[in-house]
Amino acid sequence: MRKFLIEGLTRRPLTEAGPEPADPALEDQGLSLRTTLKQRLGRSLSIRQVDAGSCNGCELEINALGNPFYDLERFGLRFVASPRHADVLTVTGPVTKNMAEALQRTYDAMPDPKWVLSVGDCARGGGCFAGSYAIVGGVDAVLAVDLHIPGCPPAPVELLKGLLTILESASARI
Amino acid sequence: MSETSDLTTTTAPEFRSGPTVTHKVSRTVWSGAVETLGQGQLTLLSLWASPSAVTMALLDEATKRIGILRVDARRQSFPSVGRLYPAAQRLERSITDLYGIGPEGGPDLRPWLDHARWGVTHPMGATKAGDAPVTYAFLPVEGESLHQVAVGPVHAGIIEPGHFRFTVQGETVVRLEQRLGYTHKGTDSLMTGATIARGAELAGRTSGDSTVAYAWAFAQAVEAALATHVPQRAIWLRALMAELERLANHLGDIGAICNDAAFGMMLAQCSVLRERVLRTSDLCFGHRMMRDCVVPGGVSHDLEGAGRVAVAALVKEIRGTFPSLVALYDSVASLQDRTVSTGILDPALAKRFGAGGFVGRASGRDFDTRRDLAYAPYDKLKFKVPQRSEGDVNARVWQRIDEVEQSLSLIDQILAGIPEGLIATSLAAAKTSREGLGLVEGFRGDVLIFVALDNRGKIARCHMRDPSWFQWPLLEAVIEGNILADFPLCNKSFNCSYSGQDL
Ligand code: SF4
Repeated sequence: MRKFLIEGLTRRPLTEAGPEPADPALEDQGLSLRTTLKQRLGRSLSIRQVDAGSCNGCELEINALGNPFYDLERFGLRFVASPRHADVLTVTGPVTKNMAEALQRTYDAMPDPKWVLSVGDCARGGGCFAGSYAIVGGVDAVLAVDLHIPGCPPAPVELLKGLLTILESASARI
Repeated sequence: MSETSDLTTTTAPEFRSGPTVTHKVSRTVWSGAVETLGQGQLTLLSLWASPSAVTMALLDEATKRIGILRVDARRQSFPSVGRLYPAAQRLERSITDLYGIGPEGGPDLRPWLDHARWGVTHPMGATKAGDAPVTYAFLPVEGESLHQVAVGPVHAGIIEPGHFRFTVQGETVVRLEQRLGYTHKGTDSLMTGATIARGAELAGRTSGDSTVAYAWAFAQAVEAALATHVPQRAIWLRALMAELERLANHLGDIGAICNDAAFGMMLAQCSVLRERVLRTSDLCFGHRMMRDCVVPGGVSHDLEGAGRVAVAALVKEIRGTFPSLVALYDSVASLQDRTVSTGILDPALAKRFGAGGFVGRASGRDFDTRRDLAYAPYDKLKFKVPQRSEGDVNARVWQRIDEVEQSLSLIDQILAGIPEGLIATSLAAAKTSREGLGLVEGFRGDVLIFVALDNRGKIARCHMRDPSWFQWPLLEAVIEGNILADFPLCNKSFNCSYSGQDL
């Protein structure tokens, strides 16, 4: 174990610089990420994630945000275990009929103000599962969505951009 | 037709090279097969329905032959398999939910996938307007000083949804009952009438962590049905993708298991290696998880020079770093204290349920599709199928450590031996209806996909059986007698797919 600890002190960190506001799709939402990073100082957001019926691909990439390359927490962003502690709800997957109520209840358990981020192609309109008897549609069939991050699944960098965008929007609204 | 050799006559080279031969059998023969299953002489590979029939796929592990039996179900019922072979019970309950076809003498007739929220009943059979939701009848528990803990469907971590109902006495779990189906997306119904390309898209999105395994099994099924010969290079590239997928999952999960025992350093270190695998996959095949990279007829991306170099560098890096992580795992007493002798899966149960993958192999079930129902290019590659018998969390971790090493060796061999040539061929046109079977060893175990094509080449029926079907029920058995706090650890050491079984 000592070896790893010493290496941790002597090696260059693997963590990469945060993403630039490069994605025009996200900039369309009228938010500049460059200012986000400045204004964000001192701000932080707690995020609750709900899988509303995904294939699990999206969750894997959300989990990757915690690895040393992306190190989500340095931005003040943190995934929390309870909706009662959360400012942001990220939702993945088409919303299945079997999960719609649990999703709504999770949202209801969050304190105001709160934001909803839909993640992955399925989360918009149900993606490739649209039209099935078993889904209600995308996340917006149940909740008002503030921002959507496309991709199947979105790469961690795209997720990071989306979360930073929300962070900016959150600062603007409070 | 009751001898096991009469029930299972098809060899792997046969079902892998041409359309599947399905035996239409009488109810008597079907029931005979169920008896044989119940006696432990055969293993159930899967059980599925179409609107008028029920089909089972059997494996004789001794002769490595399979058999596909189909019994008529136009009267909306069939002789239960789960009556004598418990691993079939959830499959039967799903058949009833989706088709309205019931198992005669089935021991558990409660709904499984149907939570009475679809607005319809039997969506794949004689559909009717659905009933109002009713309270699900969990199994009764009686006894002194028992209490229940209900968890889910929304879990605390970033994982898939499902419900666990624990009955505990003090800290000790007396019974776990799972309730799944929350991620049911009606994939089977979307498959029906779909084109092969659309089918491949859906198959690759059944269980996100196994997209290569699913896409490959689907491609195998279609290619077998159409007796299509896929170029050798494509087949070797598929194996490269499959081994990269296995590496990514094993590395990620080894870290995550340790994290569930509060040893975060392993998670950090393993997640670095996992990320490197994903980045290499992205560089080689244009997607971190290689989604849609295996397509019926071949693969979508060739491996270029830069990709080759990156894969070789990846193998080198993992070989350099991984052994010290393994040594770390093995030397931290607080970690061993959590994993050793926790969550023991009895080898007899693993065998009885036909548990595949590392879950089965860590409990002595010596089965690997790559070797036992071999498919190209694994028939030309050298690898061992590691195996253990302790069946605890520690054994499952070690099993995966050993499998990482095998995957690295396979990747070496693939890089050295991959033939030049085309990476895809066009599929033969289907002029008559036909069926095909695909079986691929994903990281979690054997993924089975059965495809029936109609005479226009559209999908008439596609059944996908995730390895989790036969692993989830065992998790219920494994947690018994363990403390509740060890559940996350046991659960992670199984890492069953919710979406793969809910479909
Ligand atoms: S967007 Fe893609 S990865 Fe995400 S849940 Fe849907 S199919 Fe899976």
